[in-house]
Amino acid sequence: MSFLPEFSPLTVVLIPFAGAVLIAFGAGSLRWVKTVSWLTSIVFLASVWGLAGPLLSGQAIEQELWEFLPGMTIGFAIEPLGLLFALLASTLWILATPYAIGYMTHGGYSHLGRFFACYAIALGAAAGIAFSENLLTLFLFYEILSVSTYPLVAHDGSEKSKKGARTYLSLLLLTSICFWLPAMIWVWASTGTMSFTPGGILAGQVTPAAGAVLLVLFMFGTGKAALMPFHRWLPAAMVAPTPVSALLHAVAVVKAGVFVVLKLAIYIFGLDYLKSLATSDVMLYVATFTMLAASLVAMHQDNLKARLAYSTVSQLSYIVVGALLASSLAAIGGGMHMLMHGFGKITLFFCAGAIYLASGKTRVSELDGLARQMPVTMSAFLLGALCVIGLPPLGGLWSKWNLVMGAFDSGQIVVLMAFLVSTLLNIAYLLPPVVRAFLAPPPADAPTGIREAPMACVIPLSLTALGTILLFFGAGLPYGLMESIFR
Amino acid sequence: MLLTELLPFIMAVPLIGSGFVAVMPGRSLPWALSTLACLFSAIVAAAVLGATLDGTVLSYPFGNWPPPIGIEYRIDAANALVAFLVASMATVALFWAPKSVASEIEARHGTFYALFLLAVAGLLGITLTGDAFNVFVFLEISSLASYGLIAHGKDRRALLAAFRYLIMGTVGATFFLIGIAFLYMLTGTLNMADLAERLPALSDNNAVRAALAFIIVGMGLKLALLPLHLWLPNAYAYAPNFVTIFLAGTATKVALYVMLRFVFTVFGPEYSFAVLPLSTVLMVLALAGMFAGSWVAMFQIHLKRMLAYSSIAQVGYMVLGVSLATMTGVTAAFLHLLNHALIKTALFMALGCVIYRTGSARLDDLRGLGREMPWTLTAFALAGLSIIGVPTTVGFISKWYLILASIESGAWWLVAFLVITSLMALFYIWRVVEAAWFSARPEGAKKFAEAPLALLIPTWFVVILNFYFGLDTRLTVSAAGAAAQALLGAGASLP
Repeated sequence: MSFLPEFSPLTVVLIPFAGAVLIAFGAGSLRWVKTVSWLTSIVFLASVWGLAGPLLSGQAIEQELWEFLPGMTIGFAIEPLGLLFALLASTLWILATPYAIGYMTHGGYSHLGRFFACYAIALGAAAGIAFSENLLTLFLFYEILSVSTYPLVAHDGSEKSKKGARTYLSLLLLTSICFWLPAMIWVWASTGTMSFTPGGILAGQVTPAAGAVLLVLFMFGTGKAALMPFHRWLPAAMVAPTPVSALLHAVAVVKAGVFVVLKLAIYIFGLDYLKSLATSDVMLYVATFTMLAASLVAMHQDNLKARLAYSTVSQLSYIVVGALLASSLAAIGGGMHMLMHGFGKITLFFCAGAIYLASGKTRVSELDGLARQMPVTMSAFLLGALCVIGLPPLGGLWSKWNLVMGAFDSGQIVVLMAFLVSTLLNIAYLLPPVVRAFLAPPPADAPTGIREAPMACVIPLSLTALGTILLFFGAGLPYGLMESIFR
Repeated sequence: MLLTELLPFIMAVPLIGSGFVAVMPGRSLPWALSTLACLFSAIVAAAVLGATLDGTVLSYPFGNWPPPIGIEYRIDAANALVAFLVASMATVALFWAPKSVASEIEARHGTFYALFLLAVAGLLGITLTGDAFNVFVFLEISSLASYGLIAHGKDRRALLAAFRYLIMGTVGATFFLIGIAFLYMLTGTLNMADLAERLPALSDNNAVRAALAFIIVGMGLKLALLPLHLWLPNAYAYAPNFVTIFLAGTATKVALYVMLRFVFTVFGPEYSFAVLPLSTVLMVLALAGMFAGSWVAMFQIHLKRMLAYSSIAQVGYMVLGVSLATMTGVTAAFLHLLNHALIKTALFMALGCVIYRTGSARLDDLRGLGREMPWTLTAFALAGLSIIGVPTTVGFISKWYLILASIESGAWWLVAFLVITSLMALFYIWRVVEAAWFSARPEGAKKFAEAPLALLIPTWFVVILNFYFGLDTRLTVSAAGAAAQALLGAGASLP
């Protein structure tokens, strides 16, 4: 891909931040905000793809920025998993940009300058997480991501959203500072390094008991992966405008969480060492429990966004399970599920937002017969739902396939069963909205004149829905990328 | 050597200058002369610090009376560091001062700045001298001057706060004096280096033990270590903003230095930590201070009081490092001594800008102010990150070293305390950020303009220093390491 620019990782990370600064300076002019948002996301996309070429041809890209205590550096390094995450985030950002512009202007929201500036910062932080060379850099960007999304969640400024945003921020900061930070310091104190190294750095460096405690600290400390009982922030964040829920709470933020889990499993613990730890089974069952329990909760949510949020909690646990199964197949499946679920879930959220914008409806029970008025949106919803469930011909199949294979591979029959039960539950909570919209007759007092949402919203959601199909056929690329880690 | 000849002038220039400043008319002239005096002290102190970093000890005998007969100025990295801190913080605070002082003090400023210079000279004298009685003398000079400075506060309650500080400060100084008297009685000398040589022979003597206890309690009072902290919140809250900035950055630090000097150099760590359960006592008090200070800060509505309580907690961090009595622990204490001066100065400066415009430091009056004074409140938020201990700020470096020291001493559980108090700091800073940026301005509230550049520039200067020394730690860490080495002796190795 020689036609794409090749920037250093730092430049790539800084592009959204620079965009945010520019947006903030011209915050008064809507035209300026829109233009700069577009430009930033395009340049960002091109530069992230530009990094893919050199990496695929086997070139190592590392950049050390600053050593601020001996052995403690801020630095970037590109590796396949991080690249996958960055590609996902940057690709979906460019689709979310028109959606967000359409949604926010048609929805009559104010303070758009602040909104789009924070939106860009969040993406920059996600790229920083993806490219971190060590725990410290990752921690830094992880916290930037938490803080920069607070204004987005609290955007409309009402008491309700401020309360939700407070839950959101305090849970994320609490878990990261109480568990993650001490664990990171512990790693540094006992191994003298914080770099991500293939095969892990902990084996033989800490006692088995210490390793077991570290695993628990890291897993619960990564609050963004939403392991129960630290998942409350995600439903709380649903008070945000839908573009935020879609890009951040279905992709950037939550995927940052599971990305961190995968990264820790592969590059800090190392899969073999992970398997030997006393607590790895415990954490595996916590994740399995989260997967099932969140699905059960999702079934009882009438609010569409809340249902999707609990579904996300459940799907994130698939990836955590994939990391904890400590088999390379499951880890590959986990990495792919990051991608597949990202496309599927953003489609679902886009649809939920489009439905709200066009009809004001927020509940599943109000959707009866809506497909007659909004056929495109509801078809896209169907595709997104099928992708998340994992049926062919949609991308979700391949990630679940690998996850199940991984569970089989490591002999975890309980987990294998849980995957199957969970898929059934997915069907039970994701298909009723579609069934109601397509098959149920509209209520007698249905308001007339509901039409599809504005084009700026419908086109992105159609594109992401098509993306889920493309990923079914193009799954070889992410598979190859993930597989190259273990080669 | 020229530098040695200049040593006494670090203290003498502000001291003599104060006499001239007192009689000067108007407002800008006294300020200009004070700034020049402090700037001079800061530059010489910087040169002295540079010369002592490698372990050199500079000594200046007053009137050419050789120590221990005469008074000696004896400077190693530890006191050079504190002296530089005092002089430079005084200079930076002075650059911030003119507008704010003009709005708070009506009459001519000559006497006010004269008092300020006296306080600076007193603090510098304490740090530079190698004579125990001299410490007491300068302690009284600086204390009396600060009582006067605090009483200048606009609020009438400043008088009560100053009076309270006067009573408690005098008790502290008296305790300290009793301790020194015991030592003099037993050894017949007041020179610290000489004392250090003679005391080991008296290690069984109960009076020596009593002296150590008196000195620690006396300094604990000036340091605002937890049960002895009662004077601090009101003194900080009602003093003029400029005075608060200066005292928060320097006064308690100097008291800590004196305590360290006596514990480590005069008595020696082997004696101090063996004869009294000093390690346990200091650690318990430090943890209690960290916890209680942060806890109370979380519920303060008056933001100057909030920051004052936060200072009590931060003193706890420094004492915690000392209580570990290891090289890394004392390094961490010195680092935080420096870093906290930067953090608190930045916070009080930003808050001072708010008070300059709105005349209020109440949380409620800050609602929605972020849009009207964005530069000021961004500075506050950034300095707040530093006190929370976010990576890339100096606060993080301090906490990192404290945690490292705890781990080295096998005290893992201390990490939990550090994390919890950081979260409490997050809470009390976040309240301000949320009020300023995410709350609507109350109906009918007056509109305020951004603070004037004369205040903003020094504020942002200190905020940027918070980040600069958070990234480039070579200077601060090596200075703190050298200071710790100077106190603990050559036997200890650098971390």
